[in-house]
Amino acid sequence: MKSAGPVVVVLLILVAVWYLAAVWLNATWVYDQAERAGEVVTMDRLLAETMTQKRPLLPAPHQVAAQLWQGVAGEPPTSKRSLIYHGFVTLQATLFGFGLGIVLGVGLAVAIVYSRVMDRSFMPWAIISQTIPIVALAPMIVVLSSAMGIEGRLIPKAVISAYLSFFPVLVSMVKGLRSPDPMQIDLLRTWGARPSQEFWKLRLPASMPYFFASLKVAIAASLVGAIVGELPTGAIDGLGARMLIGSQFGDPLIMWAALFAAAILAGGLILAVGQVERVANRRMGVRT
Amino acid sequence: MSFLASLLTPPQPMWVLAGLALWACLWTLNVRLAAQGLRAPVAVIFGLAVLMLWEGMVRGYEVSPVILPAPTAIAARFVAEVPLLWGDFVQTVLKGALSGLVIGCSAGIGVAVLIDRSPFMRAGFLPVGNFMAALPIVGVAPIMVMWFGFNWESKAAVVVIMVFFPMLVNTVAGLAAADRMQVDLMRTWGASWWQEVMRLRLPAAMPFIFNGLKISSTLALIGAIVAEFFGSPTAGMGFRISTEVGRLGLDMVWASIAVAALAGSALYGMIAWAERRVTFWHPAQRVS
Repeated sequence: MKSAGPVVVVLLILVAVWYLAAVWLNATWVYDQAERAGEVVTMDRLLAETMTQKRPLLPAPHQVAAQLWQGVAGEPPTSKRSLIYHGFVTLQATLFGFGLGIVLGVGLAVAIVYSRVMDRSFMPWAIISQTIPIVALAPMIVVLSSAMGIEGRLIPKAVISAYLSFFPVLVSMVKGLRSPDPMQIDLLRTWGARPSQEFWKLRLPASMPYFFASLKVAIAASLVGAIVGELPTGAIDGLGARMLIGSQFGDPLIMWAALFAAAILAGGLILAVGQVERVANRRMGVRT
Repeated sequence: MSFLASLLTPPQPMWVLAGLALWACLWTLNVRLAAQGLRAPVAVIFGLAVLMLWEGMVRGYEVSPVILPAPTAIAARFVAEVPLLWGDFVQTVLKGALSGLVIGCSAGIGVAVLIDRSPFMRAGFLPVGNFMAALPIVGVAPIMVMWFGFNWESKAAVVVIMVFFPMLVNTVAGLAAADRMQVDLMRTWGASWWQEVMRLRLPAAMPFIFNGLKISSTLALIGAIVAEFFGSPTAGMGFRISTEVGRLGLDMVWASIAVAALAGSALYGMIAWAERRVTFWHPAQRVS
């Protein structure tokens, strides 16, 4: 924990900059109000009023914190205004998409490692697929899935998440499954190992460090996918929809609270994946 | 069961068979070509085969153009609407994404060089930057639209924030990559800090910086398009896609997606090309 000091200092600097920016950006409104009322703005009045506006250009950190707390603890979790409710909707799509992305990524990686045709035909298109901005496809996916008779928004959101999260898994797994030494593979063959044994006992265990490294990228990408999937699709539940609602009603506090809820969710998911990695490593006998 | 039955009895069986047959032919061709060690032709043929299969299925099952238009229909629409698509491209990619990419990447590299002077700041900023790079920053889109208005400035602002942290983290990591001996050598020659950065550390950081640029180029397009869902003038790829989905003009949506794919791939290709020119000395670029 020797890096904690500098991190805390940097965070404090960021919060201080945020407060200054809040005063600076919101000052115009205070001056306008005072001019209309024919009053003079003193320094302490400026400070007090830039921090307490209902619709500030930039809300002060404590306003966002209060709104976040209100959304998390102030409402019952089933309420439409509760951030726990919206966070759960987004989390569901994220995890669904994450699972789908892992299955897709690992499956394709196995096909690519074992088949040269797949490697040559599919790999370039997998790379190109990631240069297509997924958001362009998102409304399409919603239309397609509703035309196929799929109710609700969970499936299309999960598909978008999977589209973003399969790629890091695919790339790392291809690298990981190819990582065993040719000597080790030769050794297994001299022992008369079947191809399936070679896969389960050598290639798969050897790919695990690559796999877990990619999971952290994939879970973050998956959350971005779920939130992006809520934006153009007219969703009413979820953190992305919450941002859209805040934008349409011109309520910045709702947007900021949803943004921070998403950030906290992302942090939690990355920590959780790191924890799973640690447990898996210990069970596989990795010494740190 | 009725789904299976309708799958087995397409209205235009000849088209389905033709699609499948062409697919099989091209796949066998690919198996041959891949065995001979060819790369690019195999990928191109795979793409063609997918398009043929798509065309055959859409015609064979008489899929409504409201659900999935055939590739030929999309191509026809693309050719007919070139001026409109070009206008969207200029609005979203050239004005929004590229200007944001340039500003954001310069800012990221600049801040990284400044931070690098102080080990304390580096220890503080690196974890924070890493965390920020994993957050769903697209969420700031509604806030930026509120601050900078509907035109391309708000899109560029979203892109700046999205690409800043990946760029910062990669550059800081890259600046630490210069060889210790080389740094010592520069110091014995009495090189100033500026000379050391310009002549040694930045060139040594180039592989990392290009890695960040590649990540940023995809993020930039996503950011620019997402921001258009929160409000835009009557041009732009995000605007076009969301309005045409509403009007069920799916051939136009797919044409826009094609533009996005071309723009994304071209941007990525240009960065990869520049990388080969700049980091020709790096082992990953050397062809044995």
